[in-house]
Amino acid sequence: MDFLAPSTWAEALAAKAERPDALPVAGGTDVMVELNFDHRRPDALLDLTRVPELREWAWDDGRIRLGAGVTYARVIAELGDRLPGLAMAARTVGSPQIRNRGTVGGNLGAASPAGDSHPALLAADAVVEIASAARGTREVPVAEFFTGVKRNALAPDELIAAVLVAPPAGPQQFCKIGTRNAMVIAVSAFGFALHPDRKEVGTGVGSAAPTPRRADAAAAFLAGELEAAGLWESRAALPDGLAAEFGRRVRDAAAPIDDVRGTAAYRLHTLSVMARRAATWAWDEHRRAA
Amino acid sequence: MTSTETRNVGKIGDSPLRPDGTLKVTGEFAYSSDLWHDDMCWGVTLRSPHPHARIHSIDVSAALATPGVYAVLTHADVPGLNRVGLEHLDQPALAEDVVRYQGEPVALVAADHPETARRAAKRIVVDYEELPALTDPRRALDDDAPLVQPGGNLVRELAIRRGDPAPTAPVVVALDFEVGMQDQAFLGPESGLAVPDGEGGLDLYVATQWLHVDQQQVCRVLDLPPDRARLHLAGVGGAFGGREDLSMHVHACLLAMHTGKPVKMSYSREESFFGHVHRHPAWLRYEFGATEGGRLIYAKADILFDGGAYASSTTAVVGNGGTLGLGPYDIPSVHVDARGVYTNNPPCGAMRGFGCVQAAFAHEALMDELAERVGVDPVEIRALNGMREGDRNITGQLIDSAAPVAELIRTVRDLPLPPPPDDRPDIRDLPGGASNTTHGEGVVRGIGYAVTYKNVGFSEGFDDYSTARVRLEIVGGEPVATVHTAAAEVGQGLITVEQQICRTELGVDRVVVHPKNTMVGSGGSTSASRQTYVTGGAVKAACEAVRESVLALSARRLGVSGLRLDGDKIVSASGEVLAVLAEVLADEAVEETVEWHHRPTYPVDPETGQGDAHVQYAFSAHRAVVDVDVELGLVKVVALDTAQDVGRAINPDAVVGQIQGGSAQGMGLALMEEIVVTDGKVRNPSFTDYLIPTILDMPPMQVKVLEYADPHAPYGVRGVGEPPTISSGPAVAAAIRAATGKALRRVPVRPEHITL
Repeated sequence: MDFLAPSTWAEALAAKAERPDALPVAGGTDVMVELNFDHRRPDALLDLTRVPELREWAWDDGRIRLGAGVTYARVIAELGDRLPGLAMAARTVGSPQIRNRGTVGGNLGAASPAGDSHPALLAADAVVEIASAARGTREVPVAEFFTGVKRNALAPDELIAAVLVAPPAGPQQFCKIGTRNAMVIAVSAFGFALHPDRKEVGTGVGSAAPTPRRADAAAAFLAGELEAAGLWESRAALPDGLAAEFGRRVRDAAAPIDDVRGTAAYRLHTLSVMARRAATWAWDEHRRAA
Repeated sequence: MTSTETRNVGKIGDSPLRPDGTLKVTGEFAYSSDLWHDDMCWGVTLRSPHPHARIHSIDVSAALATPGVYAVLTHADVPGLNRVGLEHLDQPALAEDVVRYQGEPVALVAADHPETARRAAKRIVVDYEELPALTDPRRALDDDAPLVQPGGNLVRELAIRRGDPAPTAPVVVALDFEVGMQDQAFLGPESGLAVPDGEGGLDLYVATQWLHVDQQQVCRVLDLPPDRARLHLAGVGGAFGGREDLSMHVHACLLAMHTGKPVKMSYSREESFFGHVHRHPAWLRYEFGATEGGRLIYAKADILFDGGAYASSTTAVVGNGGTLGLGPYDIPSVHVDARGVYTNNPPCGAMRGFGCVQAAFAHEALMDELAERVGVDPVEIRALNGMREGDRNITGQLIDSAAPVAELIRTVRDLPLPPPPDDRPDIRDLPGGASNTTHGEGVVRGIGYAVTYKNVGFSEGFDDYSTARVRLEIVGGEPVATVHTAAAEVGQGLITVEQQICRTELGVDRVVVHPKNTMVGSGGSTSASRQTYVTGGAVKAACEAVRESVLALSARRLGVSGLRLDGDKIVSASGEVLAVLAEVLADEAVEETVEWHHRPTYPVDPETGQGDAHVQYAFSAHRAVVDVDVELGLVKVVALDTAQDVGRAINPDAVVGQIQGGSAQGMGLALMEEIVVTDGKVRNPSFTDYLIPTILDMPPMQVKVLEYADPHAPYGVRGVGEPPTISSGPAVAAAIRAATGKALRRVPVRPEHITL
């Protein structure tokens, strides 16, 4: 197995162009497990940990540009106020050791339906910045990034450069079900964002379909009800049953399976509860912020 | 393992620091997986992918042709009897014509690198014909069930009959319960190093629980006399019963003998799940008859243990499940049937709590049911029915030392309760923790209680003993004791206990613990909560023999009789100090070896199950307080408090450590720990999906240690390690039932059992 260790972003892109079979490795919290289990034996590994550009985050034209190599620990420590949903998700990732290694870019690269970042990024309408040596950069909305179980929109010569996220205009929430109180892979997860600036609602459903996905119909329903009742302006309390109905519609957006971590029925049930609770918490926070 | 010497003064009742403690928490302890030998090669095991299959042929040629490979072995290469097993020799060291469970060892490879060996193992071509698999133990004894073993699918059946054969009662409660398959989940996977001695024998360095029984098994398969296969204890990363059976022992030795090279084997975490036995899953049907006031009149139990493909310790587990399966209660009439059967599921055997864990979930759930039916609270119904010293248990054995059931359960009840849930709690204190699933919504608190009793030591007539060699000599002008036993230190703190006993008996400060190996007689198994009792008893007896010899020597040298030892001083009958040890011993060493047996036990009557089956009983009680998010089914254990009678705490810190660890392990079974087996295949052989409690799942504990000395045991000790694992889980399950109002007749309790 070849081990490619570029020290600049340009070198990394060149290496990926030359060796499209090379498997990128960031924190290694997924890739190394697969190698150790002998589930995967790529001909080459492309180590991205020496590329300084990936470790940066900065403001970029009104958005946070989060380098693909920024760890969960830094998201929590440095971006908790600017990327609140993603930081909440980051707090649920593994153990402190894993959070020190694992990166949001790596999570996107692995594209697991259970990836903790994904529901938060979906709810926040994040955009993935993708680059190649041949074609430069392109932006893909995260909702279009996941193309199948552990598959994503990257071409063989492309790498994930960054994630672009607008700062929150309203409250965000993230909830995750696991069968112990720490260090679990999500049985199901839900990301939620209120966008009062454009009177919209963002959602993200994890571990409950072949890919992470949004619950667009549920989001449109809730945004519409808020609009119809004039609540975006009045910030009055949610009408009885609205959050619960939103929860049911989120559940309807999911297509989970039974597996060793939980049943499909339980996953659906938890999505309806998490969505109801998350919407309620976010709305209450929105009201308090008035 | 190197010898251990500490100079911390610490006699029995003190808590001297354990020598391995700092090394373990700083990552410097040498575990068996750290063993290394120049010129060693690596062994790996090819295992069956099928739960039940016939082997038509094994073609090793491609594997053998792999560069770097030294040997590829199958059953045809076994020089001795190709059978292993703790109680029945029913398991091939390497499969012959049939495999009976997924993961059964089929072939071995030795190579210059573990990766080379793994690649080569994949090139072994085994022609399997899959056979119908028996995977539901409830069907094992049906006429049309596939036969797992040639002699039939029953491992053991035990009937216990006592009192009125057809009892009636005004109040009758009954339930069915099911317990999932728990894993020992020790942190140090199976590993060891076999080193040929160039003279036809070898040395095996291995992490194990009982060196001598391993030695017997290794020698039988290798066709070697015991003095040609010497076993040495390597650093053990936890055991909990999972190292009683052989894992890589014989395999590494076969490869070492075949190649003439040192061979190391070290399982991955995934292989570890296939490399040791698990706790028996159980199906239990219980019925209690009682007075209107809740006093038990009779109890019936039908208990089925899934033994998996090979017997391992199933015979003894059935013994425990039957003889102890109704809990620490005084019950006039009893009807118990316990069975263990073969299936094509993973083999099950010893695990901390050994047959009592499964039964306790059922009898404690039913005791709560009875309490509710008759309107007595859960604590008082246990106090009312609890065993007392002088009672006879369900096998008719006299309980001839303390049996403080009522005191234990009332003690945990009276411990302070945790504060009620906060109005604005930190989410990390709520069910789900940082996963942010509730801010208090749906959270209901529940409290549950449980009691247990557990036998200590080996039972039913087994001659259970340990051997200790103690040497006293003067080194650098100072008396030094050296204690040599083969009793395995698996993390429980036996080394410290051996030193404490030597200091107490011989008045020396310096005690060297000799490396554990088979060059001294058997120490028996580090299991059944028995080592402080039995090896402690042997060390005490050996020290006493040394002391007698020293005094006899002193009497000869000083020409005075009636001497005694006071610290390191030789004192006359009148109290005059006549000499110090250093003067009397000079350059002479006094050494004594003692084989020490505990009180005999007896087989139970085959018809009635009556008899003095056990040597000692240990009692504990737990109170669990849980917060349950009843809408999501998530649980946070808020408090897990316990009281336990330990007879005499030799090392109080170690006692509390055992109780904390055991409680966590029992809680794990109640909440999350299960090997999920579908159609004979393990679905979660990893710590990603086999979940054990983390520090965020385990609450702080209040531990009340009672010390009612057992007059029949050395220093009055009572085994400590297992009871906490038995009563903690049922208390947690009871607390969840109290919070949710759900019956919850299966553990682990999964979230969907609460919500759906």
